[in-house]
Amino acid sequence: PCHLQDPASISHLVMCYLAGVAWFMGLAFEPFTLRTYMSENAMGSTMVEERFPAGERALATGREFAAHKKKVGGMPVDWLVKTMQSRGLEVFTQSFTRKLPFPDENKERYMVRGTNVYGILRAPRAPRTEALVLSAPCSEGNNNNQAVGLLLGLAQYFRSQIHWAKDIIFLVNEHDLIGMQAWLEGYHHTNTTGGDWSPLQGRGGSIQAALSLELSSDVITSLDLVLEGLNGQLPNLDLANLFYAFCQKIGVLCTIQGKLQRNDWDTTSGYSHAAQTMMLMVLKQASGRPWGDHGLFLRYHIEAASIRGINSFRQYKTDTTTIGRLLEGMYRKLNNLLERLHQSYFFYLMPSLSRFVSIGYYMPAFGLLAVILLLRALDLWVQLGASPPGTEDGVAGGVQVSYGPSSPGVLSILTPVVISHMTGVALYTLPILSQEMAVQHFPVSETEAVVLTAIAIYTAGLALPHNTHRLLQGEGTEEGWRVLKLVALLYLAVLLGCTALINFSLGFILALSLVPIAAFITPHTPKALSAAIMVLLSPGCTLLYCVFVFQELQETPVSLQDGWMLFLSVISQGILDHALYGSLVYPLLALLIYPCWLLLWNILFWK
Amino acid sequence: MAAPLTLLLIVAVTIRAVLFRSSLAELIPERVEVVSPLNAWKRVVEGLALLDLGVSPYAGDVFHEVSPLSIPLNESNTSIHPSIMADALTAVALYLAVKDYNKTVFRKQKYALEAERYPLDCLELIRTPKEMYYIPLKVAMFYLLNPFTILSCVAKSTCGLNNAVIALFILCTVKGSSLMSAIFLALATYQSIYPLTLFAPALLYLLQRLYIPVNWQRSSFWLFTTQYTFMYLGSLCVMVCLSFFLLSSWDFLSSVYGFILSVPDLTPNIGLFWYFFAEMFEHFRLFFICVFQINVFFYTIPLSIKLKEHPIFLIFMQIAIISIFKSYPTVGDIALYMAFLPAWNHLYRFLRNIFLVSVVLLACSALFPVLWHLWIYAGSANSNFYYAITLLFNVAQILLVSDYFYAYLRREHHLTHGLYLKRKDGSEATLVLK
Repeated sequence: PCHLQDPASISHLVMCYLAGVAWFMGLAFEPFTLRTYMSENAMGSTMVEERFPAGERALATGREFAAHKKKVGGMPVDWLVKTMQSRGLEVFTQSFTRKLPFPDENKERYMVRGTNVYGILRAPRAPRTEALVLSAPCSEGNNNNQAVGLLLGLAQYFRSQIHWAKDIIFLVNEHDLIGMQAWLEGYHHTNTTGGDWSPLQGRGGSIQAALSLELSSDVITSLDLVLEGLNGQLPNLDLANLFYAFCQKIGVLCTIQGKLQRNDWDTTSGYSHAAQTMMLMVLKQASGRPWGDHGLFLRYHIEAASIRGINSFRQYKTDTTTIGRLLEGMYRKLNNLLERLHQSYFFYLMPSLSRFVSIGYYMPAFGLLAVILLLRALDLWVQLGASPPGTEDGVAGGVQVSYGPSSPGVLSILTPVVISHMTGVALYTLPILSQEMAVQHFPVSETEAVVLTAIAIYTAGLALPHNTHRLLQGEGTEEGWRVLKLVALLYLAVLLGCTALINFSLGFILALSLVPIAAFITPHTPKALSAAIMVLLSPGCTLLYCVFVFQELQETPVSLQDGWMLFLSVISQGILDHALYGSLVYPLLALLIYPCWLLLWNILFWK
Repeated sequence: MAAPLTLLLIVAVTIRAVLFRSSLAELIPERVEVVSPLNAWKRVVEGLALLDLGVSPYAGDVFHEVSPLSIPLNESNTSIHPSIMADALTAVALYLAVKDYNKTVFRKQKYALEAERYPLDCLELIRTPKEMYYIPLKVAMFYLLNPFTILSCVAKSTCGLNNAVIALFILCTVKGSSLMSAIFLALATYQSIYPLTLFAPALLYLLQRLYIPVNWQRSSFWLFTTQYTFMYLGSLCVMVCLSFFLLSSWDFLSSVYGFILSVPDLTPNIGLFWYFFAEMFEHFRLFFICVFQINVFFYTIPLSIKLKEHPIFLIFMQIAIISIFKSYPTVGDIALYMAFLPAWNHLYRFLRNIFLVSVVLLACSALFPVLWHLWIYAGSANSNFYYAITLLFNVAQILLVSDYFYAYLRREHHLTHGLYLKRKDGSEATLVLK
């Protein structure tokens, strides 16, 4: 193993880190990736002929929907019910109300009240034990009217076909994810986030797959596939393969992360394009939020994706009939499924729509970072004077053990651990609890109050070492910080490992910033410099960088001022996602990662 | 010493009481790591409800709780749940047992020192009263504050009761009361069969206490062995018959012991059985069940021979082996043998891979819920992921136990042959466990 004194070992660790980063960056290089292929037999070998003819009529329906939407000033429930019924569906509605913990300034909502309308096309050919969902959101303003039109058009067309072996549920959800959450919870009889909704009157079978359609123009240039769901969960890769296969067949331009596929992988710009696509996916996945209305389906073990129509300045346009044919084809194939999609990968990254990196290829990148933590922990353990591992003869290194599980030092370790976690709990609970008080005393809105309280608590944590020392009697020993660091290293390693398993991207990004400081921080490093580096690599700052990098990758760079505003709104969105949908990123950061970083901060200021 | 123990008990009970009132109290009893079909509180409640309705609780496949004897305990409507009391009882019993055991050890060491039986260079291996003073308290602490025990207690798993019975058995054995020891051993066996293997160490200890050598030719040896066996079998018989008369049917035999031995419930748990038997072809099942079950009992004979001078360590080894290889293990079982680890503090210098093992155990404990989530809820992982962790967890436990075993033998070897062993040619020797 390695020793701190040995400069070679430090260079080994640096090498390890760089190798991890290099491995990760190499994942986007085309020869290292695999071509996607359809694993599911039921969807691969069967022929489907798409004949959907009624794109123009769908657009007309969409315009009618828009007119009614404008007239009612929201979801035109009665019109939708009537229209769906006239198309031969069993139609039901579900109303829901939701009070947000604080106003959502991005979408300008606080008290949300809405209605979902859904119609079920009963399967004529099979017992109704399984179902597919096609959903379109009823959005504010003029968005997504075409999606609802196409949904109704497809419903009418599907009704006249006799192939269906699964119920098909056509869902128009109001207030995007909040409505979707209410509908899914109603469908599955769960209530995980304390929403208030009326029970569903009609159900189909167990839902096998779902697509969410977003379409805001009559013609489009390309279709974008959105996969990232709640907590970074992804649908089975076969769903993406299915979409890609039909885009190829029908001849529609398709993108992922809004980026077209390029063929020049051997040029620098080709590689950087793939790397950008992949990094966008990593950043979106790491955020843990659902990036489309499909995102909540994944929680119920339902494979789902959003398909978004993009209308850019490109010359070649695709009309609604073609999109309808594409969807028809996809549903026909999904209809053939004999069991849930499970053949293909669930853990993957996509540098382009036809290429993927599976878990076996990307985990080593994380492993190379995590092994640094373990090596440092081993090194510390050896320094702490246990019998050297690896030596066959315990007597040879027979140093008397002075550290036991309950040696007097245990208090000096436990105090920082407990205090750090208390700060974490404060960071998790106080922002929402104290918003009213903050609004009364400071000239800020509720949302600002929540975000600023969170930042204030986060910053206040930096003063922690002094408070910890006040609670401790006597001096911290040399051995004390080593034990604390050992605890922190192992804690961080387990934490990041578990995170990376659930959400690779989040684990990897956190490892990128936390591993260097965890590996090299000691009380003996130059204080000011180390403190600056630690703050710059703290989870909060990492989030800030991610905001900038994300904007940069999306080719919408922002100024520092706008970036900061965006950073604030990202925090509020993170807290809202947790409260509304049960996203785990905010509690993970507040309750576990941040305290862990505070432990390292404590070590730096160890007296 | 009573004050710290009381304080510890108060802290432990407070932690449990707080957790009982938190939202975790509904989550934990659903975790497969914490409860098994044998000891889930939900099933006990169901069994009692059936009993109230005049139906045999063993009808159907829900209730596998062994003893109608523990039902009155389970029914008690005190404000403190029986599982908390069981934990406290276990801790106190272990505390007293280890305290007594340490006294014996120390006395023996003193005699040996006076007789100058130890080689001179072994003085650093001698245990000091100062070092031994806190061991009983640490044992109680390791049991009460172990997250595994706490989880098991909050899940109201009846595993805590089993542990309490085994702890009382150890206490009675250490105190030298052969009747009570036999009764508690019978009770433990009656609850879950496996503690049967503790018969050998208990007998060895009681023999040692009465200064009867283990010698096949001696009549006193046979006399005591027969006596203890009779006490044990007699009380076991009484308990089984009592169960019969309570429900006037023999249903419980197949429903409890058959359930333990033939492993029909393959719900995943932290043990080794479920995956194997879920994957196995049906016609090999009987053979492999025999292999797996014999495996649990098999180690008794070689270990009893090797450790016949050290029966308490043998008890520790046996409890560990049971909790690793039994058919429905839960974390509560692990907590019992882990509580003994402080009692072997003096072996610390001989442990070879304690760091590796503790890191693996720690990581696995964190990975269990994560992989379970990925498998069952997210659907993105599958049973192989979960089983891989189970396997790693058990390998780590086996490494831990064998490490302690090796360290114990090694220390004993040094105590007779000197600490710094030289080969005949004068070079430093290394010990190889054979």
